[in-house]
Amino acid sequence: MNPADHSPLWIRGARVIDPSAKRDEAKGDVFALDGLIVEKLSAADQAKARIIDGQGLVVAPGFVDLNCRLGEPGRSARETVRSGTRAAAAGGFTTLVAMPDSLPAADNVGTLQLLREICSRDASVRVLPTGTLTKGHEGKALAPLGSMKKAGVVAVTDTTSGVQNNEIMRRALEYAAMFDLVVLDHCQDSSMTEGAQMHEGAWSLRLGVRGWPRAAEEIVASSDCLLAELTKARIHLQHLSSGGSAEIVRRAKAKKLAVTSEVSALHLLLTDASLANYPTSLKTNPPLREEADRLALIAALIDGTIDAICSDHSPCAATEKDCEFDLAPFGAATLETAFAAAHTAVVAGGHADLALLLARLTCGPAKALGLAAGTLRAGAAADLVLLDPKAAWKPVAADLYSNSGNNPLLGHALTGRIQATFVGARQVHGA
Amino acid sequence: MVLTFVGATGTNRMAQQASWTKKDLTGIEELSRAEIEFLFTQADQFLPALAPGKGLDLMKGRTVVNLFLEPSTRTRTAFEISAKKLGAEVVSINTTASSLVKGETLRDTAMNIRAMGVDAIVMRHSSAGSARYLGSVLDISVINAGDGAHEHPTQALLDAFTLRQRFGKVQGLKVTILGDILFSRVARSNILCLSKLGAEVTLAGPATLVPASLKQAFPQVRIVHDLKEALQDCDAVMLLRIQHERQTTTHFPSLGEYTSQFGLNAERAAWLKPEAIVMHPGPINRGVEVESEVADGPRSVILEQVRNGVAVRMAVLNLCTGAIAR
Repeated sequence: MNPADHSPLWIRGARVIDPSAKRDEAKGDVFALDGLIVEKLSAADQAKARIIDGQGLVVAPGFVDLNCRLGEPGRSARETVRSGTRAAAAGGFTTLVAMPDSLPAADNVGTLQLLREICSRDASVRVLPTGTLTKGHEGKALAPLGSMKKAGVVAVTDTTSGVQNNEIMRRALEYAAMFDLVVLDHCQDSSMTEGAQMHEGAWSLRLGVRGWPRAAEEIVASSDCLLAELTKARIHLQHLSSGGSAEIVRRAKAKKLAVTSEVSALHLLLTDASLANYPTSLKTNPPLREEADRLALIAALIDGTIDAICSDHSPCAATEKDCEFDLAPFGAATLETAFAAAHTAVVAGGHADLALLLARLTCGPAKALGLAAGTLRAGAAADLVLLDPKAAWKPVAADLYSNSGNNPLLGHALTGRIQATFVGARQVHGA
Repeated sequence: MVLTFVGATGTNRMAQQASWTKKDLTGIEELSRAEIEFLFTQADQFLPALAPGKGLDLMKGRTVVNLFLEPSTRTRTAFEISAKKLGAEVVSINTTASSLVKGETLRDTAMNIRAMGVDAIVMRHSSAGSARYLGSVLDISVINAGDGAHEHPTQALLDAFTLRQRFGKVQGLKVTILGDILFSRVARSNILCLSKLGAEVTLAGPATLVPASLKQAFPQVRIVHDLKEALQDCDAVMLLRIQHERQTTTHFPSLGEYTSQFGLNAERAAWLKPEAIVMHPGPINRGVEVESEVADGPRSVILEQVRNGVAVRMAVLNLCTGAIAR
């Protein structure tokens, strides 16, 4: 990654929103020096500062994404660290928590070191690695969590493989807790989803596609909460898709269990009705569900049951998705459109204000994983976004930085767009 | 509209353009009632051509490729005969001969076939939505001969055509579809087709294969798990083949159990109204969903369905290929 920009930076006259400090100023200034946020610049530094006019724009902490894939190592036909982090910068994300299901999987220190090397060379934004919970995310034997913690992982997860065995999950939670590692769990009972391609409901029945019931997610969300109670370990439920799962997390939080959760921006915007013509770009895991789920997820986002909005960026090559629906891989490339999708659904949709949305993109995810990110407090890294909440736009393939060919929102009318992104005060996106 | 096929194919083509503009038949969902009825009037005209030694030359010089990526005897044969009765050349490609097993994509296979100067591709495929996908990729006609558990439009058309032939109309008929609805493309196409034509549809069978949630997908249907209730007031019962290859073992205990609960035998057929008919899309599992005494009995119209299938598919091929401007 590029080093921080040490010269002074002054973003002037923007609406400043920093949910970590409950700050929302209609017109304010943000200063940075030596790559860090500072309260003010000396007159000398002001005189030589780069000044950015924030008139009509919003400045906020850079976004923190708890769930994305960058293609490397091993899947560079889909995405590379270079293209994926450049896409992240365009989407306002300055910190990425990368899933470990690379080839080979990040289930060992060597692969993590390789990823670190690639990132130090190619990344535009901060990339925080995760390790698998079990070797090869096969759900059988624990991966070397302690060694991987030393190698820098911020969490462990078997990602979309899930952990199907409750005994292994229980021991994994206990063992991970010893290293203060949060376990991220993808909730899917695979015995209920064999051959399943989309949400089980009216649309799957109409389309003749094998359905994926809500219960397949909710059963695992429930067992995770029970195991959190048993082990007192920290667990974070990934990309909830059903209203029932949100309710399960709400109850767990009411019992003060150490459970947090996230939702993908796409699930806040779209439902299974979007699959009426078998678009492979919208074939995701978890699947898009019904309008009642979408509204329940937004409600859970607002009341804090859901801590974070993630991109769930899962790049695929265009050729992989140009095929029959059931043969296409799961996943959508979303880093560049996640903010706009969430903003369109939640803020433009009239459910909540921009400050709430930004909280779930910044301090919410940072707190869930205990990351020093997502804040404009003095002394923090100057990771910033400058955004225009009123900008109406339609994503066009030629404008996207991601190498993957599966952004599902091409041509979709969205409001809210990132104008500029800074990591350590160095501009990584925008004119 | 009166259609005649004596000479002047050019004027026929022009006449049909007014009522049929679709190059593809990917599903019943995409058809209007008027289009279905128009297609039936054309199929009526084709019935005489089914006699041995008869045939037409409406598609002379055209080539139809049957791309069957799932096993089929009846449907593939019916399409072959339909195309030949219209004077077209037919090439059939089945799974084992296909290059798809070598890793070629469906798009590439289809583009190669198209490049050879073909007018229509008739496809059967295990993936739901594959016919629509192919139709959007190609500028030649794509006819869906069954896409996964989604649709089998020509089966539904020939079923409704048979009902119309028997009862004079489909409007107002009560039709029970019995068996494996969940995994059946025939059921989906029939629900849509019969509803569009004004029939009342009842779905019957075990709750695992006929889940209550089907009502959300198809609000117009009635769902019944009691066989007597399903049979006693219907004008026609359509039996669906129990598809061993699609069901996992969790959907019903055994074939024997299915037969004991839902198999149609003479005793249960007596619950039907006297004029009610028994239909089956084939192939029949004798002794499973239907006993021979019923399949071969006076209520059975199974072989009429097969015969009508050729006329209906002739109409489909002729209309769809005719919808492409040359």
